[in-house]
Amino acid sequence: MFEGTSDTMTQKTLSSHHLYWLLVSLGSALALHSIHLPIWITVTTAGLGIWRYFIDKKHWALPKLRWLILLTLLICIGLLFSYGSSFGRDASVSLLLIMSGMKLLETKTVRDYILIISIAYFIVASTYVFSQTASTFLLSLIPLTLLTATLVQTSLPQTLNSRLAFKLAGKMLLQSIPLMLVLFVLFPRLPGPIWGISKDAYSGMTGLDDVLELGDVGHLIRNSSVAFRVQFDENIPSANQLYWRGPVLWRQQQNQWLTTESNVPLSHESLMTTGIPIDYTITLEPHNRHWLLLLDMPTKLPDLATLRHDYTAVAKSPVRTRIRYQATSSGQYTLSSELSPQQRKIALAINRDNNLEAISLGQSWAQLPADVIINKALKKFNQEPFVYTLRPPRLSSNAIDDFLFKTQKGFCEHYASSFVFLMRAAGVPARIVTGYQGGEINPNGNYLIVRQSDAHAWAEVWLKNKGWVRIDPTAAVAPERIEQGIEEALTEMDELPIFVRQNATWLKKAYLNWDNINNTWNQWILGYDNKRQLAFLNKLSGEKLSLSDIAISMIVAMLVMMLVTAVLLLTKKQGKPSLVDRQYAQHIKQLSKIGVQPQIGEGSVDFAYRIGQLLPKQAKQAINIATLYNELKYGPLQNNSQMRQSKQLQLLKQMIQTFHRSKA
Amino acid sequence: MLEALQKLNHAFKQRLKALFRVAKSVNKVATLNARQIYILPSRWSLFYLLLLLALLIGAINYTLSLAYAATFLLAALANVAMLHTWRNLAYLEVSINHAKPVFAGDLAEVEVKVRDLKNRSRYAICANFQDERSTTQSINANTSEIFTLPLTTHHRGYLSMPRLRLHTEFPLSLFHAWAVVKTEEKILVYPKPSGDALVIPNGIDPDSKGNQSMLAGDEDFTGHKTYQLGDLPSKVDWKASSKGMGMFSKQYSGEASTSLYFDWAQTTGDTEARIAQLTRWVVDAQAAQLTYGLKLNGQIQFMPNNSNNHYHACLKALATR
Repeated sequence: MFEGTSDTMTQKTLSSHHLYWLLVSLGSALALHSIHLPIWITVTTAGLGIWRYFIDKKHWALPKLRWLILLTLLICIGLLFSYGSSFGRDASVSLLLIMSGMKLLETKTVRDYILIISIAYFIVASTYVFSQTASTFLLSLIPLTLLTATLVQTSLPQTLNSRLAFKLAGKMLLQSIPLMLVLFVLFPRLPGPIWGISKDAYSGMTGLDDVLELGDVGHLIRNSSVAFRVQFDENIPSANQLYWRGPVLWRQQQNQWLTTESNVPLSHESLMTTGIPIDYTITLEPHNRHWLLLLDMPTKLPDLATLRHDYTAVAKSPVRTRIRYQATSSGQYTLSSELSPQQRKIALAINRDNNLEAISLGQSWAQLPADVIINKALKKFNQEPFVYTLRPPRLSSNAIDDFLFKTQKGFCEHYASSFVFLMRAAGVPARIVTGYQGGEINPNGNYLIVRQSDAHAWAEVWLKNKGWVRIDPTAAVAPERIEQGIEEALTEMDELPIFVRQNATWLKKAYLNWDNINNTWNQWILGYDNKRQLAFLNKLSGEKLSLSDIAISMIVAMLVMMLVTAVLLLTKKQGKPSLVDRQYAQHIKQLSKIGVQPQIGEGSVDFAYRIGQLLPKQAKQAINIATLYNELKYGPLQNNSQMRQSKQLQLLKQMIQTFHRSKA
Repeated sequence: MLEALQKLNHAFKQRLKALFRVAKSVNKVATLNARQIYILPSRWSLFYLLLLLALLIGAINYTLSLAYAATFLLAALANVAMLHTWRNLAYLEVSINHAKPVFAGDLAEVEVKVRDLKNRSRYAICANFQDERSTTQSINANTSEIFTLPLTTHHRGYLSMPRLRLHTEFPLSLFHAWAVVKTEEKILVYPKPSGDALVIPNGIDPDSKGNQSMLAGDEDFTGHKTYQLGDLPSKVDWKASSKGMGMFSKQYSGEASTSLYFDWAQTTGDTEARIAQLTRWVVDAQAAQLTYGLKLNGQIQFMPNNSNNHYHACLKALATR
């Protein structure tokens, strides 16, 4: 190896065309982020890019360091203003974008370009923190290709035309895919995180809370995003069996209902099941809460779950990545045939300061048997003009009285909470169960999609010998909510997200197809974590693999794939000669018949002069052929239109033919 | 101590250099085969490596499958780029055209023809001689390009061309591929003309009795030369000019043809100083279109003449003496 390239490209300043390429590719990376970052970040970064454009165009000077420092200070203040002290995911990405914009203002040399392109690659990949859908991935390929093409241009003193640059960048990216797949499948997945993740990383996740405040589930019902998807091993149970159990709320505080306090140890409820076990697999979207939704009532738990005393399944840490788990449930069960005095006490406690009317109604039923009390309450909902609506009127601090006797408009949580309140007032132990109800069957993939809009609240009452029995008071008012899903239960007044509405059938169909793609995407690409990888590779190899087995097989497969790529790329057959070359080859072939051949290293024009000496009459013809050949082959392509080129090619053909005819 | 270290370093580099295969030129032509191409990550690949690391850490930390995918795609892209870089340089034919002789201390311009042998366009191929500036060009498929490469000269005489280095970082600047061509070619380097503006000796020839003040005299008609602005009208050969072949001036000279000799003995100093002085005279005389001869070591080496060939022959004699 020898030193001595005193002149490397380090200090070489690149052309305006290079800059335009860089600006456009950075712009595309910025566009990818513009939807989830504050508008001023996008505008400022774009502004910095435009400034850089004008610096080049109008030959302005690059800004002085003190201005850059001032600008940086201003931007930091802006960031502080936007994000406060919590410097998390969003702020980091914003800072990265702005800093790459600032870096543009002092970008001149190849070194700067490569640095900034590397940062831009990172910026593109950081979109995946915000969204990992198939469409995000496809979109992100645009800036990836643009950046690669810009990197190609950077290695050249003059830019290639854009078609060639894109072709090369695209080709190289495609050639990278085999090795990428090998690494993707075999690179040992480590369970993250390595360090703590800032809180705002999960700001977008929605899910059930452990507090129910009247009017709360409503925000979920308007959210059509997917909560989880369920694959049943056998048939999908009927809709009225599909109660997905979430947090159980025992304690009433004013208008709020809460779970039991963790410092009050309650004995684990007993469960006896009689029905046929239902096996299913749930893919739960991250919701940043502990709940693992399971079908009532779970008999076999996934490994990662523990059960609370009231049969809410929880994970050790909040669910922040998409997880998959298998479980078994049974629809026929007896839960907690005995009720401890402590449990009874909590299940009967009500706040007696407010809602006096409801208390007195409940108390008036107190002497009746429990099942009669339940029927009385349900009949009230069923026979009085109660309306199921997502837009209930505002309620005062006497929310239950207001709802039961005045407004009579509400949705599941109103019905469930007032029912439980009445039961407790009448002396029947009762509690609210929140979770999801129903779901949409995707016929394309034969699985169930459960959305946030399927969030539901129902009641459980404790009856002697029967244990906790599920009563869904909403069913008394709007049975179609339970049978057919939420869209059936609503009057047109209520605006639902478009995918939940039933009337847009073609849209729905398209959506279901798309959801199927997304589900496959989620299962196989996004859900490919350490567990899935191990399971997949174990199945593939038929053996139980350790992490080091996977690592070794990755290295071997990687080397093999690199070798294959190298062999394919480096021993590729020579391309077909171009039309121009074929014509000229014909010319030479004809000439060789009379014993003239170009010598090694002899150019076509030199050769033509030599022909001219041998065939003086045709000297001019020979030189014309050589000149046209040279122009067609090496002339600047962009100056010649396709039309003109093919015409000239025709001309060359004619000239060669005439030459050999007149020679004979 | 430091010197010893530097020496050691130099020796080590020489050893290292000897280990590398070079493409040897045969009849001025060398082909860069697979065996002669070397490739290493470029200094830019450090940025890229940091990027890949950052991406991988991000992917693990946030368990982002797509970030893993992006990391692996970009890693695989580097692998592909390496192959493309290698491909860009392999199977080029390098032929060294003759270089024009230069004076010592000037930059020689060596023309090197680089031809593609694999029917593919080559981009941003750089070529340079050891320690010299490099020239970058792209080469269309099946064609050749001439690289004009600077080469610093120091001493008169034949200069063996140093190793020629071809290198490229196309397409992603992440890898640096290079090949070294060794050639037996030599460049003729004329002596550096003396800087002293010593007047051309006026035809001092100790063996001759001619008119010493005669430069381009007007005694004997020696021939025609094309008319040049400033020639005296009296010297224009109107008869010859009337044939429609252009204007001619008659050329006369005194005894310059026999008397204008540059002699080793006229010069002083050591060998190099003498040669420099003689070179100065030869160069100046040629520029003034004088007829001159050259005597080295008392022998007449070159009879007076003023042709271009004579000029170069004189300089060559001075260069190789």
